[in-house]
Amino acid sequence: MMNLQQQNISDNNFESCIKCTICTVYCPVTAVNPDYPGPKQAGPDGERYRLKRPFFYDEALKYCLNCKRCEVACPNDVKIGDIIQAARIKYAHGKPSLRDTLLANTDFMGNMATAMAPVVNFSLGLKPVKLIMDKVLKIDDHRTFPKYASQKFETWYRHEAAAEQEAFPRHVSFFHGCYVNYNYPQLGKDLLKVMNALGYGVRLLDREKCCGVAKIANRCIDEATRDGENNLRAIREAVDRGDEVLATSSTCCFTLRDEYPHLLHLENKDVRDHIQLATRFIFNLLDTGKAKIAFREDYHKKIAYHVPCHMEKLGWTIYSTSLLKMIPGVEFINLPSHCCGIAGTYGFKKEYYSYSQAIGQPLFDSILKSGCDFVACDCETCKWQIEMSTQVPVFNPISVLAEAIDEEATKKLNRVE
Amino acid sequence: MKFDNIIIGGGLSGLVAGIESQRAGKATAIISAGQSALHFWSGSFEFLGEADGETVVENPLAMAERLPESHPYHKIGIPKVRSLLSRVAPLLNEAGIKVNGSLERNHYRLTPLGFLKPAWLTLDDYLTAEHPDDFRGKRLAVVNILGYIDFYPRFLSHGLSKLGAECFTAEVDIPQLDTLRKSTTEMRATNISRFLDGDAVELLAKKINEVSAGADAVIMPAVVGIFSDDPVMRLRKGVDRPVYFIATTPASVPGVRCQLSLRDYFIRLGGTFMPGDTVVKGDISSSHRLERVFTVNFGDMPLEAGNFVISTGSFFGHGLIANIDRVYEPVLGLDLNVTGGRTGWYDENFYAPQPYMQYGVVTDSLFRPALKGETIDNLYATGALLAGFNALKEGSGAGITLATALHAASCITN
Repeated sequence: MMNLQQQNISDNNFESCIKCTICTVYCPVTAVNPDYPGPKQAGPDGERYRLKRPFFYDEALKYCLNCKRCEVACPNDVKIGDIIQAARIKYAHGKPSLRDTLLANTDFMGNMATAMAPVVNFSLGLKPVKLIMDKVLKIDDHRTFPKYASQKFETWYRHEAAAEQEAFPRHVSFFHGCYVNYNYPQLGKDLLKVMNALGYGVRLLDREKCCGVAKIANRCIDEATRDGENNLRAIREAVDRGDEVLATSSTCCFTLRDEYPHLLHLENKDVRDHIQLATRFIFNLLDTGKAKIAFREDYHKKIAYHVPCHMEKLGWTIYSTSLLKMIPGVEFINLPSHCCGIAGTYGFKKEYYSYSQAIGQPLFDSILKSGCDFVACDCETCKWQIEMSTQVPVFNPISVLAEAIDEEATKKLNRVE
Repeated sequence: MKFDNIIIGGGLSGLVAGIESQRAGKATAIISAGQSALHFWSGSFEFLGEADGETVVENPLAMAERLPESHPYHKIGIPKVRSLLSRVAPLLNEAGIKVNGSLERNHYRLTPLGFLKPAWLTLDDYLTAEHPDDFRGKRLAVVNILGYIDFYPRFLSHGLSKLGAECFTAEVDIPQLDTLRKSTTEMRATNISRFLDGDAVELLAKKINEVSAGADAVIMPAVVGIFSDDPVMRLRKGVDRPVYFIATTPASVPGVRCQLSLRDYFIRLGGTFMPGDTVVKGDISSSHRLERVFTVNFGDMPLEAGNFVISTGSFFGHGLIANIDRVYEPVLGLDLNVTGGRTGWYDENFYAPQPYMQYGVVTDSLFRPALKGETIDNLYATGALLAGFNALKEGSGAGITLATALHAASCITN
């Protein structure tokens, strides 16, 4: 009988919850929104009831940011965030709204917007347009939209970089994500610059789709699963040819590694360990002496590092911060690990906007107090939120490396022709 | 990735060892699998509350001599325990935690059920007494927050009455808590404390004054000051008479504050704190040294260090795991003092000293654990993970945790 009980543990470890409430202490939403019952109640506590009758599903679970800080805090390894997201997928009433579907379909929107980038960027900045989106779509008019690029990263890569990258003796594959592809191709170019100097060519994955994080959050699960299957196919091809798959976004990386099996039930065990953040891969190259790096002597910056929630969950903060600290001219400031509040598409929605800003306020205060030249951060939506809320610019650590690296000296150190 | 010292476990013991290591200029990392048992903290640290079946008040250090030879205090040596523990109050103070008490004589703390228990150090804003008679003739107001379910004013008044105090109970309410009250099951100490800041504290003080007229002091549950002690100061300033807090059921407000204060101090000193990660295995060389450890998050990239400290706790902290047929230490599979089968682990009399409470890793005189009989040269075990004492019965948990942490710190920084 006891053996039976011991083996009867769910994948999300829900049986191990001892109701200690520690998760709720560290929940950024509970801190600002009393309508949210908190992760303990929304997660394992509520799950007991939902397992009996779906009737007990509480629509207030929509307030969860999916930041996973509850899971980082849990002393008993209960996958609280997964339990909440899985319940939303399974029990939430009604289909996703037009707005949620639009926000979730980053590829569709990105392809449309890059094709007409100047018009789109101009219009999205206009007050009347913002007001219409606010009233009709319920996208908050206070929100600043990220700018779209006029040329997709993939297009640039095919025309300008592909052949030259293939010529390198060693390769990595790059999961660029929607942000690099549609909004900020420069980050992709920065990765190429750094990896090339270290002696690696950068390949793209075959027909990469959005990682799916926005679709999961907006309950477009069939589409997210289809995209996920496609991405895993492409990642397997890359791994089969011997490439590690690198991402520059902590959230894309986390989704591919952990949300695929936990929320979409996509098996990725065979390739999961080969999907990693670029900063982890680069740190390891340098740490094990497989590559060397030289920095410009005239680079002097005061950089404050912000830990994105999914970076905290990945536990890989130290890779990014260690690389930044290697740059001789950097004065490094570690910001207290605190959610910025945007959580991808969450902070765009009118009904969440005020919570989003209230959650991020302590972070904004510490950034403004830090006196930094800019913030470094591995997540693009944190970047939008911080830039909009503090006017302090934010750069991915890879872009910082690309700026600070002495390209010629590094190439020489790594014997790159 | 290399560090001078790596501490496995981010609770009280691990944090104190980490702080001392980092203070000595060693690059130190703490790997912490979820939040720690400090979240269940009463607000007091005990050194020794009972020996030879007697309650210890006077001279606890001398009484510690009476503990069995195998006890961690003896392994360190009582004079050295005294000198190690003299560092605790200053260390806590550097981290921003104010405590009162002395190793020369225990004071009493008041439990949530109204009993007195001996304690060594207690948070500045908690109710303590030098002598059980201290409450005699005192008029005390026991004030709860309306709807707060984890505080029992009548038990407390009953206990205090038996100590000769005159008690009355009252409840206060402020509108700032209305939204929280929507979900009655979430009226918990830590949730309430989030709302008790700024204007809410001023109003709470006013309400407390209204119901506590004529009292010598106010006793209330520890629901104020989760992320800083600022609201505590303001409440004490606003209430006309002394205010003292009583520990509540978890999660503990002072426990969260203590955990975060120690963690932040460690980070300020330049330490690396890795939250939410679990060490899954280690490589031990032929010369019996722990070379590197592997964690869930770091995957195939190991963490290397000159010295390691293991502070993973007992059963509650998952430093020890019991399943149907065995008890084991899950990180490295260290040798334990467990003998015999399951029926020998416990006494059917629930109140008897339970054998499993004494379980832990066996170590040499420097608290270095062994694997298959071979001592690991550069690994030090601390706190609840150690074998050979019954912290609950002795009232010695925090003293052992802190003394062995400081002992390990002295080993890894020399």
